[in-house]
Amino acid sequence: MEPRILLFAGHYGSGKTNIALNVALARRKAGEPVSIVDLDIVNPYFRTKDSAEELARAGIHLVSSPFANSNVDLPGLPAEIYPVLETRDGCVILDIGGDDRGAVALGRYAPRILERGDYDMTFVVNFYRPLTRKAEEALEVMREIETAGGIPFTSITHNSNLGRETRPEDVLRKMDEADRLSEMSGLPVVRTTVYQGIQPELEGKIPSLFGIHLQQHVFD
Amino acid sequence: MEEKVLMKGNEAIAEAAIRSGCRHYFGYPITPQTEIAAYMSKVMPKIGGTFLQAESEVAAINMVYGVASTGKRVMTSSSSPGISLKSEGLSYLAGSDLPALVINVQRGGPGLGGIQPSQSDYFQATKGGGHGDYHMIVLAPSSVQEMASLTMKGFELADKYRMTSMILADGTIGQMMEAITFPETKSETVDTPWAVTGTECKRPHNIINSLSLVPEELERFNIQRFERYAEVEKNECMWESYEMEDAEICVVAFGIAARVAKNAIVAARAEGIKAGMIRPITLWPFPKAALYEASKKVKAFVSVELSMGQMIEDIELAIRCSRPVSLCRRVGGVIPNPEEVLNSIREAMKGGN
Repeated sequence: MEPRILLFAGHYGSGKTNIALNVALARRKAGEPVSIVDLDIVNPYFRTKDSAEELARAGIHLVSSPFANSNVDLPGLPAEIYPVLETRDGCVILDIGGDDRGAVALGRYAPRILERGDYDMTFVVNFYRPLTRKAEEALEVMREIETAGGIPFTSITHNSNLGRETRPEDVLRKMDEADRLSEMSGLPVVRTTVYQGIQPELEGKIPSLFGIHLQQHVFD
Repeated sequence: MEEKVLMKGNEAIAEAAIRSGCRHYFGYPITPQTEIAAYMSKVMPKIGGTFLQAESEVAAINMVYGVASTGKRVMTSSSSPGISLKSEGLSYLAGSDLPALVINVQRGGPGLGGIQPSQSDYFQATKGGGHGDYHMIVLAPSSVQEMASLTMKGFELADKYRMTSMILADGTIGQMMEAITFPETKSETVDTPWAVTGTECKRPHNIINSLSLVPEELERFNIQRFERYAEVEKNECMWESYEMEDAEICVVAFGIAARVAKNAIVAARAEGIKAGMIRPITLWPFPKAALYEASKKVKAFVSVELSMGQMIEDIELAIRCSRPVSLCRRVGGVIPNPEEVLNSIREAMKGGN
């Protein structure tokens, strides 16, 4: 069954939001109706809603807390998530908050998603992040998220990067670690994400390469 | 050299503290600095350290006081409203001449304010906050790498001068991610013959206390403390000069505001305005001499702040009001964009305010 619900979860700061945005844009460009749901109830900074204008321009339906990017530090989620999860045409992308604390919000939707069955729950991992430097540590985070969110992972999205400083060799150096995590968890690496600036140099060297663009800030 | 890691500013502080030998962390969760506590809670138990989520900010700062009394490296972290709660403890730490590291990842105020970034605790950090005559060493990082390096520096300065060092960051630098490396050099430590570690009946008691029963004694302690502060002012000022060689307009900004200002200076130079920047890294001691020297060459100063204008007063004092100083500011959790700073630079060049 072709997955219609794509869930992005992982350690906080692993790149979930950025990758979810880029996958949403790619799917929309391919002609599919796309909804993106911001399920992050943990982090009030750097969220999906930062890209609200870009998403609107692309014709992507954004569902996020009415309090996102405001001063209301309230872990609220809109009721609209329920009807969106019933979507049959196009795809629904769920951007889940970091770690097990963030995945708690997924729990209330997990039974319906499991019942539908047409989902891909991908674990986003960056082996340059301090608490997921090794496959063993990443696996630990993975299990904690599954326990909190109530949905077992079905794939891995490998996103090893050093932000804007990333060189092609930095990504290549971590391919073995991604393979180790794949072996230990029994899950396939469905994509390796790199920012578009270094994508041409890695073309043909990495299977399932997926180029992403980064959000630009006034202080960069 | 160690491999680079991609870290949030808050995580960099926590990791740098651990690498500086800090094994005691006491805190209370508040946005936008919670990752410091989260990181400590994961790592401290694995290395034999103490992570303790206190029942309140007041409890946390007094736990810091307790560990500091034993001469061990100790820290707490909070954000603006939490630092207000800790202020009594900060005054007691100063009154007892104890070294400690306190992190303030600022958010908008006053009151409960908001959770977005701000620099409006500048007065609180540099002019006291708590009661009595005292100073803290105040360090203002403007990158994730500096969150790490200034944390290490903060411990060293605290130990050296028996003072509280404060890292005055803001929500954006706390939350943003950059690739950093940790230095392989070990953090410098000093002997602490004053610490309460048990006499084993081999030496007189050490007493940690901020109460003086005799006015003349209290006066003497205050004067001695300020002699130490004078040493800090003489030895420890840090700032970064950027494009100042031929500058006619001197932008002064710290932390996240300095990053935005850099982009504005590049744009100003592209249109022929000779702008430069002095970025204070220590807010106390304030780099007065560097600004005074600049005032002999430039036409005007522009203070860029995420506050209603606090540092601007120190700039005016440092240059003895010899040049006009204008203010470019956003508040409430809003970060100015480079165009706004550029406009202020253009106005300053025209002689307007």
